[in-house]
Amino acid sequence: MAVDGTAALTQTVAAEEAGIRAAWLALLKAGGSLQTGRIREAELDTQARTVLEQLRDGLAAAGTDVRADAYAALRDTLSEISRSRAIQGFTPTDTANFVFSLKEPVFAAIDRTHGGDPAAATGGTWAASHLLDALGLHTMEVFLAGREEVIGRQGQEIAELSTPVVRLWDGILALPLIGTLDSARTGVVMENLLQAIVDEEAEIAIIDITGVPTVDTLVAQHLLKAIAAARLMGADCIVSGIRPQIAQTMVHLGVELNVVSKSTLADAFALALKRTGRIVTRRQSALSPTAS
Amino acid sequence: MDRIPILKLGGVLIVTIQVDMHDRLALALEEDLTARIAGTGARGVLIEISALEIVDSFIGRMLDNIAAISRVLDAETVVAGMRPAVAITLVELGLELTGIRTALNVERGLAMIRDRLAEDDDLESARARHDD
Repeated sequence: MAVDGTAALTQTVAAEEAGIRAAWLALLKAGGSLQTGRIREAELDTQARTVLEQLRDGLAAAGTDVRADAYAALRDTLSEISRSRAIQGFTPTDTANFVFSLKEPVFAAIDRTHGGDPAAATGGTWAASHLLDALGLHTMEVFLAGREEVIGRQGQEIAELSTPVVRLWDGILALPLIGTLDSARTGVVMENLLQAIVDEEAEIAIIDITGVPTVDTLVAQHLLKAIAAARLMGADCIVSGIRPQIAQTMVHLGVELNVVSKSTLADAFALALKRTGRIVTRRQSALSPTAS
Repeated sequence: MDRIPILKLGGVLIVTIQVDMHDRLALALEEDLTARIAGTGARGVLIEISALEIVDSFIGRMLDNIAAISRVLDAETVVAGMRPAVAITLVELGLELTGIRTALNVERGLAMIRDRLAEDDDLESARARHDD
């Protein structure tokens, strides 16, 4: 029965290829694949043609066994299409529909070629449904993998972007922290900070946590570790930018930061300048009323 | 290498660790340094570890011990030139070496010890300044 169905399907796809493609393209267009403007009609046409040709070759060589070598070319093509759609920003439904919408034209074609033989028609339909489901699932898997790749890369980029070490003056560094601190990020932050201390021969590092939304015991512990490591290298740390709510939370949680802490980056910078033997003063002329 | 050389410069003893420390070497250094501090009456000890790439908890504790012993013998210990990786390792091991003063390099470390010694010598006036 199954063999009959596969044979019927193979025969139908070979005989009705042009008809199936036309119906499939019409369906895809009706489904709105082109409306978003992310893909051109010619491109969609080429994709449909390639997929159908490779499906026909695969069926002829290996029946409905999607994992067979004969289907390697089709799997690659679908992977390519679905990956490019993931990057172009198609929804998962759009991407899955690309394969699943092939069902209707294929079923119709089987009906046309084997309409007189109900057993072969049912077998063919079953085989087609089975095959296209497998291919659709493959497409989804690749689509998800593509999305995850994008998300992973973005996460890495954010981590790199959000941990800059800025040189404020000779021997004074600032580390503006933005976003939540977790173990992985603290590791990156700590390494960046310590390397910058070596490179700049810094005496004082200001850790500004204005952009850190919450400070719990874990975050405080991470901060203290970074500060302890910097101290071991011979640099002092000043923490700045603790917001009032965060200060309250920290005290209620019993978190103790045994370091010098200033409310703003400016105050911390002034202290750092003072400790390194410098002062900032206003020029006399700016104070005099005659100056315009 | 059996022993790490200890150099005397003015009232300061300088030790540079340029090999990987193993436990016996660390113990020998601790002993030698104690003897030298007592023998020379040095007021400062500078341990330079910029070439030290690997530390374990034993070496960390040895540094702490040397600092404690020196303090008992009236000498100030400064550790200079610790590498970032070493600092991270020590912190992760829970050895924050709170009893030791640290400096970025030998120059700063020496300046730190000299400041401290000058302060000690001039204790009375320093106290007077502080009271103002």
